[in-house]
Amino acid sequence: MAAKKATPKKPNVSADELKAYYRDMLLIRRFEEKAGQLYGMGLIGGFCHLYIGQEAVVVGLEAAAEEGDKRITSYRDHGHMLACGMDPNGVMAELTGREGGYSKGKGGSMHMFSKEKHFYGGHGIVAAQVPLGAGLAFADKYQDNGRVTFTYFGDGAANQGQVYETFNMAALWQLPCVFVIENNQYAMGTSQQRSTSSAEIWERGKAFGIPGEAVDGMDVLAVKAAGETAVAHCRAGKGPYILEIKTYRYRGHSMSDPAKYRTREEVQKMRDERDPIAAVRTMLIDGKHASEEDLKAIDKEIKEIVNQSAEFAKDSPEPHLDELWTDIYAELEEA
Amino acid sequence: MATEILMPALSPTMEEGTLAKWLVKEGDTVASGDIMAEIETDKATMEFEAVDEGVIGKILVAEGTEGVKVNTPIAVLLEDGESADDVAAAAPAAAPVESAPAPQAAPAAEAPAAPQVDSSPDWPDGTAMKQQTVREALRDGMAEEMRRDDTVFLMGEEVAEYQGAYKISQGMLDEFGPKRVIDTPITEHGFAGIGVGAAFGGLRPIVEFMTFNFAMQAIDHIINSAAKTLYMSGGQMGAPMVFRGPNGAAARVGAQHSQDYAAWYMQIPGLKVAMPYSASDYKGLMKTAIRDPNPVIFLENEILYGRTFDVPDLDDYTVPFGKARIWREGTDVTIVSFGIGMTYALEAADKLAEDGISAEVIDLRTLRPMDTPAILKSVMKTNRLVTVEEGWPQGSVGNYISSVVMQEAFDYLDAPVINCTGKDVPMPYAANLEKHALLTTDEVIAAVKKVTYT
Repeated sequence: MAAKKATPKKPNVSADELKAYYRDMLLIRRFEEKAGQLYGMGLIGGFCHLYIGQEAVVVGLEAAAEEGDKRITSYRDHGHMLACGMDPNGVMAELTGREGGYSKGKGGSMHMFSKEKHFYGGHGIVAAQVPLGAGLAFADKYQDNGRVTFTYFGDGAANQGQVYETFNMAALWQLPCVFVIENNQYAMGTSQQRSTSSAEIWERGKAFGIPGEAVDGMDVLAVKAAGETAVAHCRAGKGPYILEIKTYRYRGHSMSDPAKYRTREEVQKMRDERDPIAAVRTMLIDGKHASEEDLKAIDKEIKEIVNQSAEFAKDSPEPHLDELWTDIYAELEEA
Repeated sequence: MATEILMPALSPTMEEGTLAKWLVKEGDTVASGDIMAEIETDKATMEFEAVDEGVIGKILVAEGTEGVKVNTPIAVLLEDGESADDVAAAAPAAAPVESAPAPQAAPAAEAPAAPQVDSSPDWPDGTAMKQQTVREALRDGMAEEMRRDDTVFLMGEEVAEYQGAYKISQGMLDEFGPKRVIDTPITEHGFAGIGVGAAFGGLRPIVEFMTFNFAMQAIDHIINSAAKTLYMSGGQMGAPMVFRGPNGAAARVGAQHSQDYAAWYMQIPGLKVAMPYSASDYKGLMKTAIRDPNPVIFLENEILYGRTFDVPDLDDYTVPFGKARIWREGTDVTIVSFGIGMTYALEAADKLAEDGISAEVIDLRTLRPMDTPAILKSVMKTNRLVTVEEGWPQGSVGNYISSVVMQEAFDYLDAPVINCTGKDVPMPYAANLEKHALLTTDEVIAAVKKVTYT
């Protein structure tokens, strides 16, 4: 099976949907800025990988998902959690390592999960989530429940061997898995050009008979449209699909990244010319779908949510010391 | 309200830094994401971005200042309509979080006391027995659980059409079909990960490794993905599954196919580890492993696959984890082993009996959880201990047992504990060298004689 042609752009959305994408992307942006600030204050420790610049990827794909679909990603996971509806308070409190966090403070920025929202982490070993995601899809196919799994990984992870072991089995077993390559162009400090033999990573799927396409990741509508194509393919029982979503990370790889591998001008140019949130804002205003006041109200609402999450994350107590010894083993449920 | 901009921590280890350069001046308007300053951390020079929008009201720390502590106010940001005079009213910075008190030490070693040991029999008196090989018992254990629970499936290399590389899954494809008995490509890292994902997704996978040597390609998923997720998710989800396959030396297969991984997996919190010896334990522990809601490492042995033992003829025979089996009661020395090590331990005990030495032989059956009370109780009786395993000496299972016994029953010991292990070399191919590299019954006898001063 040859690779398909890219999904044609079809901005087939209502004003309300467009406003919702604006809101969801803005929530991620402001949340991440706040997380960066709390890190600076010492309230968040260790590693903290911000999603700023990549918001259109998860918001566009969540717009293509249905209730019960699963998602799994790497350690740059805050955006995915907010986009699938997890509570910002619980996410921020996990970042500060508090009892109110999704993992009771025991996972941290890189390790959060929500059974309720079908979010399966939050994984710290580059590309490990790829076979795990295929395994979730395997379980869905085994249970014949019509669900699809979004398995996110980066351009860096795309060079790990287990990705191709997984492509092979996912194609062989026709697993309902959308492989989402979030290509933000840098694997930590190494550009795609310096690390990856292929200019188009999604084309590697051709070797396994997995169709796919490249997508403009700064355009939330393009992402949504491509997501719908991919999901329809998986749900029709045709096996996996690859979306290589070309995006850009504005901040460093983690908080301690001086970002000397790219110029300030390069980052600024992306922010000025390709920002996914600014693009939707322009669409809303120019299309007269929203007024400046409407958007100000959204900004205000988001600011309140984010500030509240920060307050919650500061006020929530540290986990009780007994928590050190819990959740190591699950107890056998009595039949 | 005016906001103080604080000296940020820009790396996990930064406590102070140099404010190298201001890129804004008082009166400048900044928006979220604008770079305000360059800060030298302990690692690098970093750009410091604005989070909030506003006007720089006052710069409090001049550029070039060294040793600026994290969370020191370095500037004041004003909102619309505020003046620099409001600066004094700026909210105080949040106090840094106090670090938590030191974690409690692990429960202290208890004073030597009679250990609580479950010494109930594995099956009721009068149970009918049948003769089975380990291979048959293992297959029966898996098949019974697959009949009981539709979410259980078996995946691995050659498990289906080939009927198992070691014929463990013989007949299972016929009974359960290709949906539940799945041949994988030769791709351990990948299929172990898919197995863990399937367990996250509500299934109960049995992942067969053709041998545990090949599981080294998959060890990241066994440990980082399967063992740690329950903890990292605060108890929300884990990986109820079994990783199984032959472990340790077979015969003449060389260094890369002969390693015993008991001590490796035994170290990991979040895993359970079974390493049975007899056919009844293979069956009973496999059934328990499949029902367990945690990832279980099930270490089998190729040489034992063909051995025949009595197996209770019961509809649903299970063996609990963490309960050792005393194969032979004795008074002069305790020999503790597991898996194929039991072969040497029992042979040695037979021969020692001829010399009038009464050895108590304990089969641990599971290494995590480990029935240390059974070991302690026995050592308190015999006052002497020899451990027996095929793995390497440094960081061995025996090392751990020695440490437990030393801490909890030191006063009962009449001789130092001896750990009988494989030799500290990669497994050689040559027949004579391999024989020397492996543990022998004579070495166990010699160790017992040493601790009993006979």
